[in-house]
Amino acid sequence: MYEFVSGPLVWLAFIIFIGGSLYRIYKMLSDCKKENVVFPHMSLKHSLASLVHWVIPFNNQYMQKRPIFTIVSFAFHICLILTPVFLLAHLVLLDESWNISWFNIPDGIADWMTIVVIIGCIFFLYRRLTDPVVQNVTDGSDYLLLAITALPFITGFIAYHQLFAYKTILIIHILAGEIMLIAIPFTRLSHMLFFVFTRAYFGSEQGHVKNSKDW
Amino acid sequence: MKPTIVKREPVVDDALDQCEARLTEEEIEKVINEVIDKETGGRLWTYVNTCIHCGLCAEACHWYLSNDRDVSFAPVTKVKDTIWVMLEKKGKVDAAFIKRCSQIAHTECNLCRRCGMYCPFGIDIAYMLLVVRRICAKLGMVPLYLQDTVHSHAATMNQMWVKPDEWIDTLQWQEEEAQGYVPSARLPLEKEGAEIMYSVIGPEPKFLAQLLGNITVIMKVAGLDWTMPATAGWDNSNMAMYSGDFEIMARVERLHHETAQRLKVKKIVMGECGHAFRGAQYDGPTWMGWMKPPIPIVHAIEFYYDLIKSGRIKIAKKAEGPITSQYPCNVIRNAGLGSKLQYIMSAVCENFVDLIPNDRHAFCCNAGGGTINCGPPWKKLRVQSARLQSENFKRTGAHTIVTPCHNCHSGVEDIVDKYKLGMHVKFFSELLIEAMEIPEHLKPKEEEAE
Ligand code: HEM
Ligand code: HEM
Ligand code: SF4
Ligand code: SF4
Ligand code: SF4
Repeated sequence: MYEFVSGPLVWLAFIIFIGGSLYRIYKMLSDCKKENVVFPHMSLKHSLASLVHWVIPFNNQYMQKRPIFTIVSFAFHICLILTPVFLLAHLVLLDESWNISWFNIPDGIADWMTIVVIIGCIFFLYRRLTDPVVQNVTDGSDYLLLAITALPFITGFIAYHQLFAYKTILIIHILAGEIMLIAIPFTRLSHMLFFVFTRAYFGSEQGHVKNSKDW
Repeated sequence: MKPTIVKREPVVDDALDQCEARLTEEEIEKVINEVIDKETGGRLWTYVNTCIHCGLCAEACHWYLSNDRDVSFAPVTKVKDTIWVMLEKKGKVDAAFIKRCSQIAHTECNLCRRCGMYCPFGIDIAYMLLVVRRICAKLGMVPLYLQDTVHSHAATMNQMWVKPDEWIDTLQWQEEEAQGYVPSARLPLEKEGAEIMYSVIGPEPKFLAQLLGNITVIMKVAGLDWTMPATAGWDNSNMAMYSGDFEIMARVERLHHETAQRLKVKKIVMGECGHAFRGAQYDGPTWMGWMKPPIPIVHAIEFYYDLIKSGRIKIAKKAEGPITSQYPCNVIRNAGLGSKLQYIMSAVCENFVDLIPNDRHAFCCNAGGGTINCGPPWKKLRVQSARLQSENFKRTGAHTIVTPCHNCHSGVEDIVDKYKLGMHVKFFSELLIEAMEIPEHLKPKEEEAE
């Protein structure tokens, strides 16, 4: 069982994740060609300007108005992306099978980063349950996405600390990680793929076409 | 997803009610899918499937904020209750649903695009609601008064049923008025090869003719070579853009641009109106595939900025007391003229008190996007939902609010009235005409004046 989920299934998950992501982006771009506005409106300068103002914390008026949300959201996303990529345990597995490796985050720090992600998920869950606007646009899929995001971190944490049933938890962890990877292109987690594009378009439309700004 | 709880006082709008009784579900399904398949593409899909349902856009919308944070007014709710359902059910919705869609998209959103600026992804909710308007318009589900202006555009090529002879009479009358100030002022009609074609919106000759007199004086003092068309094509307003009837929108914009081409002018200068600029500069040209207007369009704010900055018009006596200004979304947030507006306001006012928030972050007056044109049935909720901006005005302590946009002008008058602000509402040109220097040689001679 362990061999299967940590072998062929990993392959499958990455193939679906990468292939699916490329397909999604390709599909979006080709659907945008059907519209007469999208491509003629694009401008590299204004796309970058928009991204600079929205990927740097507190670099636009709205983030300054919501300090708590902004801090949680950035901490959550930074840890979410960096932890699995630079985790020693992951790199060891990679090294064993492919003989490649790169810089790793010390385990103690990675552990805290995992906790940050879990706290982020709890924060988002809390908003979803209490903020009336968010509540009103929430359905099962939103909880599912939160669960898909949180599960690899929760199980990874349990496995690392060998809290109980190590072998089983590890298998669950790997499965959870794979589910998350597969879910990215095909659910609204695809916001990871589209963020750059929606920002670039809105930034270009506001800046290049409408001579204004979007931050 | 649970349905949104919507509490509204019932509103009777004959056009919506009759359309609801007439529409069949087959027709609805056909039109929805037609519009979505043929007129939208990657953008709509990406917006709907990227939205993470975070609700951050709510904080941007004056409807939501003015109504004690009633979630049914939040931008994301507006798309949830309209386009999300249409996409999910693949167009299988009933007439009552389409009626609610029109109510949301036509009467409860100004397409001001503030929410787009507050969404971390830059998801353009206003664009999606314009798609909803488009679907409603193709089904004939458009509020009565708004549709009347569209009929007027279609029949007369102006918004207010102004007849050709009324147009010319008004211009001649206003030329005479202008000559009271500056005897040599002229309002040149049909002057081929002039540098500037000046165009206005339909309500100007109808209700606010003195603005035409003002511009005649300003043009003379600035010494500009200008003209106005004597034929249809003089009206730059476009309510069809807002109802969703893009075929008529395109006819109106085409005629406006072709009139300028016929007169062989170098540029079109337009009066103080936000949506007219939007239609002529953006929506018209993109729908027709021109992408850019064939002849450059200059909005009044920019025009006055150039005149004052270059010294062609000098300010003799600045207006006294605290004066503030509305920032019309369509020329500020969506055309970047904010700092130019601040410049001209400071140039003609002793004490220009800025709004907070200002510039592209300023709130809509709540009249824009055609909502004021939806008429009396919808007025109560509209003005009630401008409460936030009324507080912003009040805080400035100004005695006058300048509105360089016709919609804003009417909308702000409603606000002043309802919230008892006791402020005057003026166009910028009304301040300018009082403040500017009229050179000696242009002034009426003593004998003539008697
Ligand atoms: C797809 C295949 C994956 C494999 C084979 C895998 C394997 C592992 C292994 C072996 C550990 C170490 C457990 C220990 O220390 O004994 C671990 C920990 C962890 N993994 Fe994964 N993982 C995968 C995917 C993911 C994904 C997609 C994420 C997150 C997005 C993730 C996040 C974590 C975290 C946060 C920890 C624990 C960190 C800590 O608390 O120190 N993993 N993983
Ligand atoms: C570089 C890639 C990514 C970017 C730019 C990004 C951006 C965003 C943004 C702008 C939001 C909206 C709310 C906020 O500002 O926090 C958000 C929310 C969220 N993102 Fe991401 N994201 C990325 C990757 C991911 C990934 C890989 C996942 C998980 C697999 C993820 C999971 C979430 C979750 C769970 C939320 C909160 C949803 C809620 O409110 O319930 N994101 N993201
Ligand atoms: S476009 Fe303006 S009025 Fe419409 S939902 Fe967005 S913020 Fe509100
Ligand atoms: S802010 Fe953007 S992503 Fe969040 S709910 Fe509104 S439209 Fe969706
Ligand atoms: S009426 Fe004025 S403030 Fe309101 S949308 Fe138009 S330009 Fe904006």
